[in-house]
Amino acid sequence: MAKRIDVSGLTAYYGSHKAIEDISMTVEPRSVTAFIGPSGCGKSTFLRTLNRMHEVTSGGRVEGKVLLDDEDLYGHGIDPVSVRREVGMVFQRPNPFPTMSIFDNVAAGLRLNGSYKKSELSDIVEKSLKGANLWNEVKDRLNKPGSGLSGGQQQRLCIARAIAVEPNVLLMDEPCSALDPISTLAIEDLIGELKERFTIVIVTHNMQQAARVSDRTAFFNLAAVGQPGKLIEIDDTERIFSNPSVQATEDYISGRFG
Amino acid sequence: MDITTKHTEAPPPAAQAPAGTEQKRAARGATRPGDRIFLGLSRGSGIFLLVIMAAIAVFLTYRASLAISKDEANFLTAFEWNTGVIPPRFGIAVLAFGTIVSSIVAMVIAVPIAVAIALFLTHYAPRKLRGPIAYVIDLLAAVPSIVYGLWGALILVPHMDGLFGWLNDYLGWTGVFSWEGGAPRSMLTVGILLAIMILPVITNVSREVFRQAPQMIEEAALALGATRWEVIRMAVLPFGRSGVISASMLGLGRALGETMAVATVLSPTFDIQTSLLDPGGGTFAQNIASKFGEATEFGRDALIASGLVLFVITLLVNGAARAIIARRKEYSGANA
Repeated sequence: MAKRIDVSGLTAYYGSHKAIEDISMTVEPRSVTAFIGPSGCGKSTFLRTLNRMHEVTSGGRVEGKVLLDDEDLYGHGIDPVSVRREVGMVFQRPNPFPTMSIFDNVAAGLRLNGSYKKSELSDIVEKSLKGANLWNEVKDRLNKPGSGLSGGQQQRLCIARAIAVEPNVLLMDEPCSALDPISTLAIEDLIGELKERFTIVIVTHNMQQAARVSDRTAFFNLAAVGQPGKLIEIDDTERIFSNPSVQATEDYISGRFG
Repeated sequence: MDITTKHTEAPPPAAQAPAGTEQKRAARGATRPGDRIFLGLSRGSGIFLLVIMAAIAVFLTYRASLAISKDEANFLTAFEWNTGVIPPRFGIAVLAFGTIVSSIVAMVIAVPIAVAIALFLTHYAPRKLRGPIAYVIDLLAAVPSIVYGLWGALILVPHMDGLFGWLNDYLGWTGVFSWEGGAPRSMLTVGILLAIMILPVITNVSREVFRQAPQMIEEAALALGATRWEVIRMAVLPFGRSGVISASMLGLGRALGETMAVATVLSPTFDIQTSLLDPGGGTFAQNIASKFGEATEFGRDALIASGLVLFVITLLVNGAARAIIARRKEYSGANA
């Protein structure tokens, strides 16, 4: 079940350092939203506030609201653990559990959420690996360690692991930045398929990638080093890359940044 | 990859000349004085270590063979240690049993506690507490073993009655925990004392291993909705498994060889107690320490023979640990 994300007035801190300030946006269900912007502009921090991974870092805290449909992720009595079960995440560097087999990697999230029969588990693992376009490459070695796969395969394994628990939202933090162009293409195709089922938010440094995969694009920027990052604008991707309404956005995407 | 293998298998004629000079340079090794000195020092130290090990092995084997060849009893199975009489009769069965049992008791108690402390220090304790607790544990490692022995004899032994009574009441039927009411200078007391002694080394090594568990794997578990304990179970414990085994082996090595603490607490006899609670028994190191002073030349050879057996047991334990670690190497997380 894809859900809508509704952020209003979100400010995030690391200790006393304000990392992002006053961000509001809406992300529609079954769409891909790309975050672009220079390094340090807070786009990854913002992404991590959407599944409360931000507060894992010591001193991390947040002001403002993040609504998932109508539920405030930061509301009273909301357990960050249950938030992360609803909002999946894929990281910059592929991070399959090195001590687990491919099968166990995909099943890891399911085993956290409850007990499944062996046959049910195999079905979901197969479905998830197929969903991540990895099934044909690994079906004969499901019991081999996931760390033996190539980087691109590992990243698709991580995507399979994330979608196995059927999250409402899938967050991707520069999922292709450690991958070669062919693996990148495979992931981008996959994102196109996954948006039929999930709400997807992707952080990327690659503007062509943002243009290729996303429906909407958000541009983040910071006034100076040490200043909090801000959302400059969010609009349809086509419009951002052809006729943005803010001059800074145009400067950034056309390479005349700074 | 392909190109390099081809080169090494069959170098084309043109490439042969430069490759030749390259090899010559490598063969000549270090040319600068600093490199030569360092090479000599490190190579010398390595060789020195091997020579020492060989010398110890030869010495132990020679002296042990002198004693064993005159032994009228079965050296491996006899329940007695009479080296001063003619013909001499002695065997290591009691010592081997006592050494292994007390070490197993120590491991069973110490490993879970040490792992728990290490996890607490790396994943639960507030940052401010980590330093002081780690410091206290280091202090524990610095206490000399005779002090542990005295503490064990003066404090631990007199306070064991309650525990022993309780164990006898509830678990006495197993036979392993039955107690006839003797002074609690038994294998269990020794095991508890050894556990305290090996706790620091297991804790410290485990803590180091857990601290090195990769952040990104822990984040992977967190992002799947793992609780803190589940993160530890999925991302920290499997990664630290081989390290914990190594740490335990370090601790076991100390427990197997511990001398003074055991000699101070145990009331040694030359028989095997089926109950952990009844006093008596002995260990290799304790037996050597208690008997060496007044032993005859022959008696010392016999004690050295028992020391050789301890040496072999330690080697076997280490080998077993290595085998356990190597068995699941591809899952070890070392290539993460």
